[in-house]
Amino acid sequence: MDEIEQVLGLYISESRELLDEMELLLLNLENEQDKAESLNAIFRAAHTIKGSAGIFSLDEVVHFTHGVESLLDKMRDGKIVSNSELTSLLLDCKDHISLLIDNVEHKTGLTEHDLLNGNALLQTLLIVVKQEGTDGPKVQAKDNTQLTTTQAVERENSPKVKSDNWHISVRYHPDSFRFGMDPLAILRYLATLGDIESITSLFPNLPSASEMDPETCYLGYEINFKSQANKLDIEGAFDFIRDDSQVHILPPCSRVSDFIALIESLPEQDIQLGEILVQSGSLTPNELEYALSLQRQLKSQSIEVPLGTIVVNNGLTPQPVLESAIAKQNQIRDGKTKEIQSVRVDADKLDQLINLVGELVIAGAGSSLHAHSSGDRILIESFSMLTRLVEEVRDAALQLRMVQIGATFTRFQRVVRDVAKELGKDIELVITGAETELDKTVVEKISDPLMHLIRNSMDHGIEAPDVRIEKQKDPKGRLTLNAYHDSGMIVIEVSDDGAGLNYEKILKKAQEKGLIPEGESLDVHEVNNLIFEPGFSTADAVTNLSGRGVGMDVVKRNITALRGTVEVQSILGQGAIFSIRLPLTLAIIDGFLVEIEKSSFVIPLNMVLECVELNEGNSDISPSSQQSYINLRGEVLPFIRLRRLFNLGGRPPKRENVIVISYLGNKVGLAVDKLVGEFQTVIKPLGNIFSHIQGISGSTVLGSGEVALILDVPNLVQKILTTESAKALYSQA
Amino acid sequence: MLTFTQTDQGGLAHIEGPMTIHNATELKSQFIGALSASQHLELNLAAVTEIDAAGLQLLIMAKQHQIHIQHELTLINHSEAVLEAFEIMGLVSWFNDPVIITRQ
Repeated sequence: MDEIEQVLGLYISESRELLDEMELLLLNLENEQDKAESLNAIFRAAHTIKGSAGIFSLDEVVHFTHGVESLLDKMRDGKIVSNSELTSLLLDCKDHISLLIDNVEHKTGLTEHDLLNGNALLQTLLIVVKQEGTDGPKVQAKDNTQLTTTQAVERENSPKVKSDNWHISVRYHPDSFRFGMDPLAILRYLATLGDIESITSLFPNLPSASEMDPETCYLGYEINFKSQANKLDIEGAFDFIRDDSQVHILPPCSRVSDFIALIESLPEQDIQLGEILVQSGSLTPNELEYALSLQRQLKSQSIEVPLGTIVVNNGLTPQPVLESAIAKQNQIRDGKTKEIQSVRVDADKLDQLINLVGELVIAGAGSSLHAHSSGDRILIESFSMLTRLVEEVRDAALQLRMVQIGATFTRFQRVVRDVAKELGKDIELVITGAETELDKTVVEKISDPLMHLIRNSMDHGIEAPDVRIEKQKDPKGRLTLNAYHDSGMIVIEVSDDGAGLNYEKILKKAQEKGLIPEGESLDVHEVNNLIFEPGFSTADAVTNLSGRGVGMDVVKRNITALRGTVEVQSILGQGAIFSIRLPLTLAIIDGFLVEIEKSSFVIPLNMVLECVELNEGNSDISPSSQQSYINLRGEVLPFIRLRRLFNLGGRPPKRENVIVISYLGNKVGLAVDKLVGEFQTVIKPLGNIFSHIQGISGSTVLGSGEVALILDVPNLVQKILTTESAKALYSQA
Repeated sequence: MLTFTQTDQGGLAHIEGPMTIHNATELKSQFIGALSASQHLELNLAAVTEIDAAGLQLLIMAKQHQIHIQHELTLINHSEAVLEAFEIMGLVSWFNDPVIITRQ
């Protein structure tokens, strides 16, 4: 059973990928000039899901997907023109297939609600298909048969075989059993599409009993098959095996030349196979005679025509069928090369590796410290080599978890579409920077806050079409998702061209709520960012305000938990940009280690600009003042003493150092006792009880076993820049 | 699971349970023993609960082997599962054993 489970698992994950692809294609369908290619791809996705489902006897999936396929087929033929209603219908169908696949995975049945919903969808499909055209792309294809013929076949003027049944030849790949395929199951499925008039099982390669491997498949068969199904459906039965086995399907009334090609391509002796064809009723003895002589003739002229060319040039197989077959083959081939290039790894194992690398980094730092203190030159040198290697291992390990954000972004296509429809708005989603990479755990956790911001922008930012027209804007709203790297952080922007935030209203509301004292003046930027305050998330705010700010405190909290920040910039009437800044990874950072008294602190290295010595000659640096300024090459640089900020006591040394850090373009200084230097830091999160402490974002273990605190630079910068808040912070300390 | 008993008339073998890819290797080794042991072997398939193409392939191998070494192999009492598989694969006449068609 395990093997079957494995193959089924493969089917489930493959189907999910196909469904995702289908959704994306459907969403893009409306914007596309040439829809044919997308429709083909959508059809192929549905078709592959159905075909493979048949092999596992997943009747519900087959049944439902078949309905979807019929509609897609009509759309492909141009008999039904795609429009947004049809796209919505197909999206719903796609959802239902996902549901069916989920049920396959969990071995559960549909709930009554889903069952009814599925039936309704099928009914709708049926009506749509019925109303807009007659069934049977195959019949139509047959009508325009006489296209072109190859020279070889034209010259021979190959007659048609009289049989009006299909002929199917299958030779299984030796490893078919090992891949979990049971030829019997495929035959059973085939029997649901029509009648197997006759079947001859073949096992010409079956070795003697002593040499035979019971797990190798030596089987093949020739089938004379009576069916009204079209070629794609019949091929569908073999979709799952066709890649590595030989399958030939000849439609009714195929040309003799096709049979020749068949005979030539199969491993058995020509005569023997010919006999089987006659026995099965696919060929009459005369036709066989003719075929064999024709074959000899062609052979003597050394004409070799690929099977595909013959089939298409005889006009027997509609071109799309061949194209889809080729595309499928390519797809499988692509899938194979991908398989070689990538390995699926348990996320847990990866986490364990990262953790171990983290420990290695700490241990390395510790050893390096001892080496330095021992003063042994050779030892120090060998340790610097080791440290470099550890750094590389760390980078490589972290790289393992890096994924592109594009997949997360594209998932919002659907959300935007659905929500826009719900709100009666016309909104397009524009994605840029999809190839930007960041840590997988961050990607997973950012999805929720992003969703919130997107919904919020659509609901409250972008105006309804009539309002937009009034404002002389394009009635179609535009929502943009953008990502890029900026000094060791990733920035994700959600922007819209909507109404922007109403500064006046927010200010008024904030004053009512007592968030800002009377008479306090805040600039527009500060006011706008008030929407992230918890006070703004009450139901009251929804009705009185434009609604911006609903649950924004939750968004902020989630992002802060990732050591990130979120900000909003808005121009009234023109739109708003929400920017999320996140660290690239949650596990390890390059840090800059400093000391004050006996305490160690780590500053994320990517935020450190430079270090300067604090000179008595500079202005306003009295040790007693809470916040001071220095003259940094003619610029005013505000700085604070960490000693005071964290209330560490003791006396500062004669020569203090100031580390200049930069965040969001703002420069500030942190005064410390001693600079220790660069230090790789494995971040350990602070426990819940410390979560309210401001200015500290985490902790780390030093090589000596001591604990160092990691400074929360964004928070500190904010504190230093807003004097009032700084005062508050000091009084806390 | 194959059990083999030698009688005066020849060998009698019973297969019980599934004949699938999962026990094909095990069954094959049991087959080899039974096949060479007697001139005339009767194989009782009444207790075969499940059979797939790999199982069918084993039966084909057994039959071909017996023909090759000029022994006789008769399949008897085909279970429902076996019969259905034989029919699908068009193997009833190939084995040419008396079968009881129970379905219409």
